[in-house]
Amino acid sequence: MPVTDVSHDLDARTLTIVADFAAPPKRIWEVYADPRQLERIWGPPSHPATFVDHDLAPGGRMNYFMTGPEGEQYYGYWEVESVDEPHSFAFDDGFALDEEFTKNPDLPVSKNVFSFTDHEGGTRATYVGIYATAEGLQQVLDMGMVEGASTAINQIDELVTA
Amino acid sequence: MDGTDEDRVDAWFQALSDRTRRDILRRVLAGEHSVSTLAASYDMSFAAVQKHVAVLEKAGLLTKRRQGREALASGDVAAVRSVGTMLTELESLWRGRITRIDELIAETHPQKD
Repeated sequence: MPVTDVSHDLDARTLTIVADFAAPPKRIWEVYADPRQLERIWGPPSHPATFVDHDLAPGGRMNYFMTGPEGEQYYGYWEVESVDEPHSFAFDDGFALDEEFTKNPDLPVSKNVFSFTDHEGGTRATYVGIYATAEGLQQVLDMGMVEGASTAINQIDELVTA
Repeated sequence: MDGTDEDRVDAWFQALSDRTRRDILRRVLAGEHSVSTLAASYDMSFAAVQKHVAVLEKAGLLTKRRQGREALASGDVAAVRSVGTMLTELESLWRGRITRIDELIAETHPQKD
């Protein structure tokens, strides 16, 4: 497991994940810079992601949707704030209402900084997400919970019907 | 875990063992929905959707309130799971992403500089 540390602070409304990869930062950067690679890693196997728009540049927008097991679609967007290739990028991560990627004002937006530094011949990646309110973090956690649980349960479904 | 907790976990897993119910729960976690709006989203009768909502309500995953003639449903996960457990679930989404990056970089050829 390449994850070295996960920490969360409900008071500061921050989630931090640190992971080490056996490839240089340039290679990890490519995963985010190439929409076909990014969609292979962003959604869980039960909810693959499709990036419709991909502009990893300051002021750029990334629009994507995730498709569930019954074909249902969940829309999201990233609004890119700053880019320092191949070391870091910062963006707002939000939910969208529809295929026009209209922002959903009722769901929380998080501020994210992804950074990649040289570390023992590979890369140390640090992912930081900050939510404006504790309720916002809670809401995202609630949604993440269901996604995780349904993935596990789908696997049980497959096992018992095999 | 005592008998009451076990019963609750059973009810929870049973409620989530159905795809339609998982989908209903996803929708009501994102915001309050009327049962009739939910029913319009599925290719099944209003009564069948109502029954799914009732199973989720009984499991403590969803709460309902009345507004005039409408029954409004919203997700209530906090009632059954602690914040700590939910954080673990969000972590697992992240762990999944990181494992997929690891697999992706392992399968491609090293970059020529």
